[in-house]
Order: sequence, then C-alpha cells, then structure tokens
Amino acid sequence: MIALLFSVTGRRTSAAFAALVLLGLALAFAASVGETSIPIRTVMDTIANHVWGAGNAVDPIDAGIVWNYRLSRAVVAASCGAALALSGAVLQALLRNALADPYLLGISAGASTGAVSVAILGVGAGMFGMSVGAFIGSVVAFAFVSLLALQAGRGTGAIILAGIAGAQLFNALTSFIVTKSASAEEARGIMFWLLGNLSGVRWPDASLALPVAIVGLLVCLWHARALDAFTFGRDSAASLGVPVRRVYVILIGISALMTAVMVSIVGSIGFVGLVIPHAARFFVGNRHGLLLPLSALIGALFLVGADVISRVIVPGQVLPIGVITALVGAPAFALILCHGRVLR
Amino acid sequence: MTLELRNVGWSVGFRKIVREVSLRVEPGEFLGVIGPNGSGKTSMMSVLAGIRAPSDGVALLDDQPMGKVGRRNLARRIGFVEQQADTIDRITVREAVSLGRTPYLSLLSPWSGMDDEIVANALESVAMGGMADRIWHTLSGGEKQRVHIARALAQQPDYLLLDEPTNHLDIRHQLGLLELVHDLPVTVVAALHDLNHAALFCDRIAMMDGGRLIAIGTPADILTSKNLRDVFGVEADVETASNGRCHIRYRVGGALDMDVETKKGRVA
Repeated sequence: MIALLFSVTGRRTSAAFAALVLLGLALAFAASVGETSIPIRTVMDTIANHVWGAGNAVDPIDAGIVWNYRLSRAVVAASCGAALALSGAVLQALLRNALADPYLLGISAGASTGAVSVAILGVGAGMFGMSVGAFIGSVVAFAFVSLLALQAGRGTGAIILAGIAGAQLFNALTSFIVTKSASAEEARGIMFWLLGNLSGVRWPDASLALPVAIVGLLVCLWHARALDAFTFGRDSAASLGVPVRRVYVILIGISALMTAVMVSIVGSIGFVGLVIPHAARFFVGNRHGLLLPLSALIGALFLVGADVISRVIVPGQVLPIGVITALVGAPAFALILCHGRVLR
Repeated sequence: MTLELRNVGWSVGFRKIVREVSLRVEPGEFLGVIGPNGSGKTSMMSVLAGIRAPSDGVALLDDQPMGKVGRRNLARRIGFVEQQADTIDRITVREAVSLGRTPYLSLLSPWSGMDDEIVANALESVAMGGMADRIWHTLSGGEKQRVHIARALAQQPDYLLLDEPTNHLDIRHQLGLLELVHDLPVTVVAALHDLNHAALFCDRIAMMDGGRLIAIGTPADILTSKNLRDVFGVEADVETASNGRCHIRYRVGGALDMDVETKKGRVA
C-alpha cells in the first residue's frame, strides 16, 4: 500500500516536473523567436547569467532583447494564460455553466471603462496609468456585479445575469466615453488595448503577474475537492460537507482578483478563459485535482504561443494577441471537439 | 444518536415555508414524510439534512445544534439525496459515488485504498457494482437515483435522507428502490408522494400541511379517511391487509359514472 502511495505521489511529482520543463522550454522558445532570431543557446546563457550569475559571454544586445523584452513578455503571457484558464475552470464548476468565463463577472468591461477613463478623460490627472485605472475599474465592476447578484437572490443564475447586466453597462460606458471624447488615433489605441496587448510589458509587470498566478493556482488547488463536490450543484455540495458560501467567496474572489490583475496588465484577452478549461477536460475529465493544473498549463503554453505568433505573423507589425487567441484557438478547439467525440 | 427539530421555522424573505416543526427521528426507523405539493416537505428535509439553517428554532444532531457540529461532521453523519440532482459534467458512476468521500478527505488524509473499498461496497449495496465505469448521462432515471443513494452511502452516514426518491421512476423501480432503502442498515427519512408506498414501507409517517407538521404516528394512525380528506382533499377507503399494513383505495367522484358511449356522444 505504501508502495502504491509512493508510486502515486511519484507520478504526480514527475508530472509536475514535466509540466515545468515544458513551460520552461516554451518560454525559452518564445525568447528566441522574433524579428531578430536569437539562438536557444544564447537564450539559455542569458538566463543563466541573470538567474545565478553564470558569467557566460553573450552579445549584450541579444542579451538585452532576450531578458528585457522577450522573456519578461513571455512570463507575463504564461501567467496571464494560466490565470485566465484557471478562473474559467473555477467559474464553470461553481456556477454550473459551461459558458462561464472570467469576463462573466463584468471584470473586463469594468477594466476597459477604467482604462478609457484614465487615457481619454484624464481621470486621476496623470497620478496613475491605464493599468491602475483598469484595475480600479474592474474592481468597481466586480463589486457592482456582486452586489447585484446578492440582491437578486444568490443563486448561480443570479450571478450570471448580474454579470451580463454589469458587462453591458460598463461596455456601454466605455463606448460612450470613446465615441464622445476620443480622437481617431486614441480610439484605435483603445481598441488595440481592448483586444489584449503585451507590447509594453516588462519585468515589473511580470513580478506582479507571476506571483498572482501562482497564489491563485495554489488557492484553487486547495479547493479542488470542494469544486468536485459541486458536480451535482450547490445543495449537493453542502450535503457533502462543503461550506458553500465560504468557497464561493474565496474562489470567486480569487478568480476576480486574478482576472483583474491580468486584464489591467495586458487588456482583455478573450477565448482563453472560456475554451482552455474545456480543452483540458477532454484530456483529464472533471476531477479538479488534475483539471486545474492542466488548465493552467495549457493556458500558459497557449498564450505564450499566441504571443509568438502575434509577433511574427505579419512582418514588422504586432497583432493584438486577442485576435490570435481566437483565430488560432477556435479552429484548434473545433478539432478537439470533433476528435473528442470520435474518441468516446 | 439522535436527529431532531425543535420548533423549526424556515422562511424565504418574508414567506414562511416551514412553521414550528418539532420532530425526533428514532434510530433505525423508516420515517416517511407526506403532504400535498407545497406543504414544505422539501424545505423541512433540507433543514433536517443541515444544508439550510432554520430561521426559527433549532435543528439538533446528538442534542447539539447543527451549526456547532460543523459541515464536515454533519456530512459524515447525514447522507442527503435530493430530488433529481443532475449534472452536465462527463463523469463516471464511480466518480459520482466517490464524491461521497469528500467529508473524509483532506490534504493530510488523501484518497486511499480504504476509500476505494467503501465506494465499491456502496455501489454493490445498490446493485450497481457492474456499472461503475458507465458515464453518468447514459444512465436511466432509476439508475441515477441508485447512484445518488450509493454516493450518500459512501458518506457512511447514520441517517439517510431522501427527498421524493421515486419521482419519475416506473413502478418496478419505485418499489425496488424503496425495498433497497428499507433494507439498508441506516435510519431513513424519506419524503414520499405515493401514500400507498408510505403505508407499505414506513414505520412512522409525519404528515405536513401548509408548512406545519400536523401529525406523526404509525401508518394506521396517519392514513385515515378523515386525514386524506382534510389534508389531501381526496375521498378514500383505507383497508388493512393481512400483514397489518394498510392500503388506500381512492374514490373518484361521479366522473367515472359516465360510460364511453355517452362520452362519444359528447365529444362528437
């Protein structure tokens, strides 16, 4: 029996190790691909220099590109993909709705309103940037949606409807501000931001995004069994000994926080939070102990890949990453859907 | 080992669904809960199961208020099968039953071989052992209900609470399910809508109307022509069979006096 236990924990540890290696390779790949292609070898040397002061001889320009631009950007993309996929998986489980995604709670709509308030209306008088504005906006929108859902009766249906109402309201506010006050140039910039934009991100952003994603993953994993217990709905979870209200507050709270942080750094990248958890379910089923880490991994890899594509697909131009996630992701998901049906 | 409600009331907003219910479940019995639609059976059951806190009064397990017992401990003592709980998730029968181990698992006590055994036994006791790998949504209504019961049994409860467990099942499965539950080594509280089933299987029957518990006693005490008229609004004769169980024969007014020829004339 102990041997069995060891083999199980052993398998888990090696799976986690394999996932980290895969993620590391994806990040290195992302750092090597771009307008100037940099060999993987240089990338590895640069990372070694920065992480444990290996003192490898690398071209300082290459090292700068790898470390300051591409790697920070890839780390943000990975954190963001993991966090969004995780939020989606959690919300789909809690709200018992296959169409739930991180933006259901009005967060991206609120973020866009916050961002345009800062960028176009000049709210805050230059005290803070678009990111902080977006974060404040998303928190306000989430508070609005939560209050509305509580007033409407606390059911899962109430949360979804309140989210739709909140999203519509804040999207309308954004459109109002953009059409009333923005110049054509500003409007284009805002549209670019709304579709998700990783261009400006550097290490300070990564040092915010990465811890948030890791803490989020740990909190969600801690509640994996509780999420399983929601399979047959709230009452069933309660009868299985799950403190339903506390789990709701903690998990919806952490999902909202992760989403708000990611949206405020990179804008609202669509598709990841909705579809990645479903893709992960095709591989490992509905047990959240496996589903959550796999969703996070696929989300991270997917967004790192999408970012690489967005940088190289049109020479000399960076496309909004949200366009890529949908353009690449939708057909990929269609394939999984059809293939999955054949398999089972 | 006691499960008890004392002067329990439960409301949604200002609407009182359950009023002043006092009830003590005796160890080992099969207690039936009957009452017309909307009489508060389901709400009373969910308070008794500890998944809703009473608005008035107190629900007690072993003479301790349920709020103090704690969710996990409650779930180890009380298994609750809701009316028609379904899922969109693609899970196997075994996974569904495994959920019953939730109140026993934590980081320090992860899933073990013992849990596998308990789940297998629970499946056996509802005669679903051979279907452990079937996908949930390929099951029939009766099979789903048996899996729910197995899930509740995997909680190793002292009390099994069932809310209208035979709804939407055909007659063979209704009787089979109740027989199965009757023979399990647990105390059972079941809300039932078929009064003859209540008469057949219950040791005691609690009768609810308008959110109140208006009577509790043996089937012969509760299932009387007077009660059926006053509470359910039906005319019926109650007969006692040779085994001492009573049986209800409903009388339907003059409508049945019309023969088919007369009706044909009317339809035309």
